[in-house]
Amino acid sequence: MDSLSAIAANVQPLHFVLGVMVAWLILGGLGLVAQHSLDFVGHGLFPASAVASLVLAGAGLAALGAPSQAMILALGLPDLPFHVRLDALSAFFLVLLGGASAGISIYSAGYFRQGEGTPPGVHCVLYQVFLAAMAAVIIADDAYMFMVAWETMALSSYFLVTSNHKIPAIRSAGFLYLLLAHIGAIGILLCFGIMQGGHGDYTFATMRAAPLTEFWASAAFLLALFGFGAKAGVLPMHAWLPEAHPAAPTPVSALMSGVMLKTAIYGLLRVTFDLLQIQLPWWGVLALVLGLMTALFGVMFAAVQTDMKRLLAYSSIENIGIILAGFGLTLIFHTYNAGPLAALALAATLYHCINHAFFKSLLFLVTGTVLHSTNTRSLGKLGGLIRHMPWVAWLGLIGTIAIAGLPPLNGFVSEWLLLQAFLATPGLPSSYLSMLVPVGAAAFVLAAALAGYVMVKFYGVIFLGQPREEKLARAHDATWLERIGLVWLAAGCVVLGVVPVFVLGQLDHVNAMLTGHLLGQQVGGAGWLFVSAMAPERASYSPLLFLLGVLAALGATFALVRKLYHGRMRRGPAWDCGFPLQTARMQDTAEGFGQPIKQIFEPVFRIDRHMPSPFDELPRYEGKAEDKLWYALYLPVARAVEWISASISILQSGRIHIYLLYSFVTLLVLLIFVR
Amino acid sequence: MIHSIFTQLLQTLLIVGLAPLLVGWVNQCRAWLQNKSGAGVLQPYRVLHKLFNKDAVLADGASPLFRLAPYVQFGCMALVGTIVPVLATDLPFAAAADVIALVGLFALARLFAALAAMDVGTAFGSMGARREMLVACLAEPALLMVFFTPSLIAQSTSLPTIVETLAHREFVLYPSLAFAAIAFYMVSLAENARIPVDNPTTHLELTMIHEAMILEYSARHLALIEWASAIKLMNYSVIGISLFLPWGIVEAEGWLLIPVALAALFAKLLAGGAALALLETLSAKMRIFRAPEFLGTAFLLAVLGMLIRLALEK
Repeated sequence: MDSLSAIAANVQPLHFVLGVMVAWLILGGLGLVAQHSLDFVGHGLFPASAVASLVLAGAGLAALGAPSQAMILALGLPDLPFHVRLDALSAFFLVLLGGASAGISIYSAGYFRQGEGTPPGVHCVLYQVFLAAMAAVIIADDAYMFMVAWETMALSSYFLVTSNHKIPAIRSAGFLYLLLAHIGAIGILLCFGIMQGGHGDYTFATMRAAPLTEFWASAAFLLALFGFGAKAGVLPMHAWLPEAHPAAPTPVSALMSGVMLKTAIYGLLRVTFDLLQIQLPWWGVLALVLGLMTALFGVMFAAVQTDMKRLLAYSSIENIGIILAGFGLTLIFHTYNAGPLAALALAATLYHCINHAFFKSLLFLVTGTVLHSTNTRSLGKLGGLIRHMPWVAWLGLIGTIAIAGLPPLNGFVSEWLLLQAFLATPGLPSSYLSMLVPVGAAAFVLAAALAGYVMVKFYGVIFLGQPREEKLARAHDATWLERIGLVWLAAGCVVLGVVPVFVLGQLDHVNAMLTGHLLGQQVGGAGWLFVSAMAPERASYSPLLFLLGVLAALGATFALVRKLYHGRMRRGPAWDCGFPLQTARMQDTAEGFGQPIKQIFEPVFRIDRHMPSPFDELPRYEGKAEDKLWYALYLPVARAVEWISASISILQSGRIHIYLLYSFVTLLVLLIFVR
Repeated sequence: MIHSIFTQLLQTLLIVGLAPLLVGWVNQCRAWLQNKSGAGVLQPYRVLHKLFNKDAVLADGASPLFRLAPYVQFGCMALVGTIVPVLATDLPFAAAADVIALVGLFALARLFAALAAMDVGTAFGSMGARREMLVACLAEPALLMVFFTPSLIAQSTSLPTIVETLAHREFVLYPSLAFAAIAFYMVSLAENARIPVDNPTTHLELTMIHEAMILEYSARHLALIEWASAIKLMNYSVIGISLFLPWGIVEAEGWLLIPVALAALFAKLLAGGAALALLETLSAKMRIFRAPEFLGTAFLLAVLGMLIRLALEK
């Protein structure tokens, strides 16, 4: 009995994390037992996986405040075992992974249908391996394990993306994803190569100790920014994101957008603040500029999309841009020794990471239910679904308000903190930076305001108005398992939005680890109700009071109107200025709603317009907004690669004596060298 | 404590209750400027009373969101009135939201207005929603940038602190504040659906922005929306007053100072309303696609103001 309790006392959060990973792998293996049994996989394995996610989130929370723990696993190659480590940074991202994936898994339990692409059991294996690989990336403590986990994550998600592989568009989307994932992985590999400093020892502990010159540290940082940026969808490595997200089954899109993109942010933070000993200010400026450009690019393209999942994918690019801008700001403050401000910017960055995990997953799952009950992703064929799918619509409204960055939900809190960090830059010693960084705030608020536009379009066109197709009247609401998942994520948005002081208190452990400074009194100085930046008189915001204020004002108005006047109401046909022939086709379509943005920001897009002539029998107008970078960067590179391969193929003549000649020449050359 | 609660209540009631009066005053001034006799400053109250008494007619397809939206708009605008320090800086509720949250409140109300406009599914409704969001997504960043200039001067985004700092400075003219003030004026015209961006009295549907969004509303819902937009105009006026003309606002506990503050507020509002009417009489409405240029100018002016603050006024 004593020994049992001794073991129980010795169980650490890291053991729980490893246990959850093993559990996921076992659940995945069980999926293979009854590949085609939807009941077993859906109602048995996925809910169990969700429970495991919750345990992971709990373990992460417990580990946030605890000292870091390391272990060497009996896995890997001989003399090259896997090292794992659980510190505050890993713990935070485990909480994010666990929290978001719990909702997504329980939703998946009700999502998969018979006869769609891969059998459910195979899906389950890939899904669970994907989850376990993400957890492994987060706890890896040597480059070897990190790269193995990273590649497992990329491959399992590739197979998940292409689960409907019979459609050519999905195959090519998957290929693009795999390609960019691997180009990025090369960058990360080279980055680790630099950081090990020539010792040949690839544990992170060695890298932390390896002294690098400024040049090599910068090279490592740039490679990391490139490699992780490719995974996160940072400009100009974003091209895979709007292709792969719509192609994947919805829970996978949610997982990729909500969680997998954050593993790239995790890697960037780990390399920059933990593994590299020195940081330089211009890295921060680079990240800030790149982040703001990514954010503006993402949101402008989101505004002109007509496919609801593509729209969300571009919106993910925007949010990654915001996160990268926050990361850049953290670096700038950190390198100028403005510790408390670095902590503030880092807290805003991390906060936005977890916020995005929740609201983006929620919105992706909402589109999943819409997709299932209407069989269309095109915004032009939806509309009026709030009447047939009230659960999805009202929970989607929460996600919409959150992602639009409006108080009192979570999106606002992180944007508020980030703006406060922007406003604090005039204190920096560099006069150029202290002048120009606040102007970056202008780009940031423009992106945030455009996000509001995008989300009104997204929500309004799908859920409001008249149904644009007959069949929409038969749309059904989410199943009860789906509802649990949606409610969990929506509740996350509300809780993260309403009690920021508690969340920031937890984030402080990460701040202490990466920047050496705490927010502490800085954000909680005015009590738990008020979150403040720097000092309460400098800026304070109380989401809870705010929410209560809005609700009280709403209730009081309602009661007063009813009491002083009346509540009489009747229904009638829509007035529409007396026009009697109104049809659903006269509403704004998604194209129509995005048209002003297309017109104002025309230089950003590559617009392919087809105008009807006055004599057309069947006049047709078409305006396609495409990505300039695709034509300016991707296609030339692709053509160059094709040209080089074609040139090399001259060597391949298919005649055996030519090949013998090659061998002979090679031997000769080698002999010259060996001589 | 009693003092601050009293001023809080008084100010909120004042802003909510007197908002239609401000609209009436602007309309009356405009009528006078156009050589008309006008309907009197109390006309908005009569309209509201009439609308509240009517039976509401709801379009067949309207969802609960459509009915919720007017209350949200009214509640948000009333809440803004509790935050802006215009009578006194010692407001208990002001700590709940700073200028950024204030912009967030405006945006929340606007989101609901735009969504409700799309709800019935008429051509004009969605057109209005699209235009409103277009104006908003350019005006909102400009408004934030306007707020950042005084925030940088006061080293704070909390409104009471800004007002106290600005009211106590020596009487020097900050060029940055001048830029911010012009930008703010342009943004408030756009946000309140006034000429030259929108015309609140238009009857031509194709030129409408804000009015197109509320075409399907009637009776108490319409009354709440109209009242909310009156409060919005009032709010923008008092924000302008407290940022750019902060003199006379009560800063310490003093019962006797309240009448002085009230008198100062009334004088400023009367002058501001008359100026608005003058501007509306002198200018014409722009084409809708000129509005982005107008707001882009406001945005750049605000950014320029901030740059001047950062570069020159150290």
